[in-house]
Amino acid sequence: MADEEESELSVEQKIEIAKWFLLNSPPGEIQYVAKDVKAILKDDYVYETAASEAFSIYNKSHLLCLPMPNNSGDVLITAFNEIDANDYLDPITAQVAKVDHVKQVCTEVRRANDEELPFPYVEEYRCAVDAEVSKYVGEAYPKGVCSVFCTSGKDVEEPGSDFELVVVISAARHSPQNFCNGSWRSVWNIELKEDLQIVEIKGRLQVGAHYFEEGNVQLDAKHECKDSTIIQAADDCAISLTNIIRHHETEYLTSLQASYSNLPDTTFKDLRRKLPVTRTLFPWHNTVQFSLTRDLAEELGIGKQTNQ
Amino acid sequence: MDAALGLMRRIPPKHIDTALSALLSLLPHHSADLLSQVDQPLQVLSDIECGREFILCEYNRDADSYRSPWSNKYHPPLEDGPYPSSELRKLEIEANDVFAVYCEQYYEGGISSVYMWEDENEGFVACFLIKKDGSKSGHGRRGYLQEGAWDAIHVVEVGPDENGTAHYCLTSTVMLSLTTNNESSGSFNLSGSIRRQMNMDLAVAEGHLQNMGKMIEELEGKLRNSLDQVYFGKTKEMVCTLRPPAELLQMRFPHHRDV
Repeated sequence: MADEEESELSVEQKIEIAKWFLLNSPPGEIQYVAKDVKAILKDDYVYETAASEAFSIYNKSHLLCLPMPNNSGDVLITAFNEIDANDYLDPITAQVAKVDHVKQVCTEVRRANDEELPFPYVEEYRCAVDAEVSKYVGEAYPKGVCSVFCTSGKDVEEPGSDFELVVVISAARHSPQNFCNGSWRSVWNIELKEDLQIVEIKGRLQVGAHYFEEGNVQLDAKHECKDSTIIQAADDCAISLTNIIRHHETEYLTSLQASYSNLPDTTFKDLRRKLPVTRTLFPWHNTVQFSLTRDLAEELGIGKQTNQ
Repeated sequence: MDAALGLMRRIPPKHIDTALSALLSLLPHHSADLLSQVDQPLQVLSDIECGREFILCEYNRDADSYRSPWSNKYHPPLEDGPYPSSELRKLEIEANDVFAVYCEQYYEGGISSVYMWEDENEGFVACFLIKKDGSKSGHGRRGYLQEGAWDAIHVVEVGPDENGTAHYCLTSTVMLSLTTNNESSGSFNLSGSIRRQMNMDLAVAEGHLQNMGKMIEELEGKLRNSLDQVYFGKTKEMVCTLRPPAELLQMRFPHHRDV
């Protein structure tokens, strides 16, 4: 493996590798990774091809939030509100934002066309859920952003057909000067099922954190859950759904905290104890006895070294 | 090279192997530097003759073969690979036996290996390695971990005896990954790697093994605590900053109740 490679990597292979590094960047760090990747490749064509594909995927999966140029607010970049590769719908201001993925900026906005927006019946629900969830996010997340999009059935005109909404919550904190970055992403899929008169809601939560002062430690936590409630008028539905979201997310945070508090005494112990069972440091000065006789090993209660 | 090392600090620790292979294929001319400066999760080979496993690393490798610390032979066999001198080999054997007990006491399972070789300065270098699989299916006694890996690499450079003292320079790297997985809380994975150095001048009369052993024990303990409290603690702090627990919210934003 340390020998010189027989042949150079192909251009396609280099592009794939560059993409892999970019896509696996921790939250908020893709620009730093991009700089390093560019320096290693020393090949603008390969870098630019990889970047144009990778940045778009990364931005959507990380629910990137960008300010719109006319001070009308922020737009979330996700797969759910993508009109096409560089255009994203903001349902609250009914605008479509044009985005430069690699520079991670919003370059311009225009008014959304009628075909791009949901019909009023669905919009009533979308808007109510948006308002309730925004209140919740404002309370629960110091720096959270949320949006609600219609992902299916936006042309539904009146009760009688199913439609789907998706609630996207994204909170990110970037402190590169403190060597720490993190993100919380929630995606809640809401399906309104007319025939069963119920609303089903499925959540996918993902939390990540990276601390890298003289080291590299990362948290990657994921959770999926589901729930349901009955169909009601738009405002009541919005309140029920938001309560469900609030309940599950709060519970999840609690379980994350529990996982952390279990670390020192249980989970971490399965890897390495703080001290031997004897509760004293290892008797290095008695080593001569160890190498001469196995009896001492048995005395300490560890038996034969089989390492199976 | 700087860019390569920079990348290794950002890529999720559980992908270290993939990242390193990728870098090696992109920078074949830097392979020696990369392999010596980037630590990879340790691999293991079986020494069938002795019925034990041993750890593979750059320090017991020659070409594509690895020297077993139990039999002192290369696997697969090699015509003329480097070996420690017979005196150093005696110390190496003792170190392996003692370190295996240390490993059992702290790791309750796991595999250890020690390799030594003479260096140009009339001293020698010793490398102590530990690999622990703490998952439920491995050696995890308490069954908490879906997946758990701890790899420790301790390299001690021992200087020549000068008036009864020798200088010991220890560089320790710990790489770990732990994953818990259950119905109610989903999957939770913490992984990371940190490296520290420690320098000491100690009396040779105490014995090299004792001197090195105590330094390793101390630094390993510090790394473990650091990982637990500082590193994991910082990630927990970040999570609570993103979404503060309910009690904190009530304290911080009491006026929200009125809105």
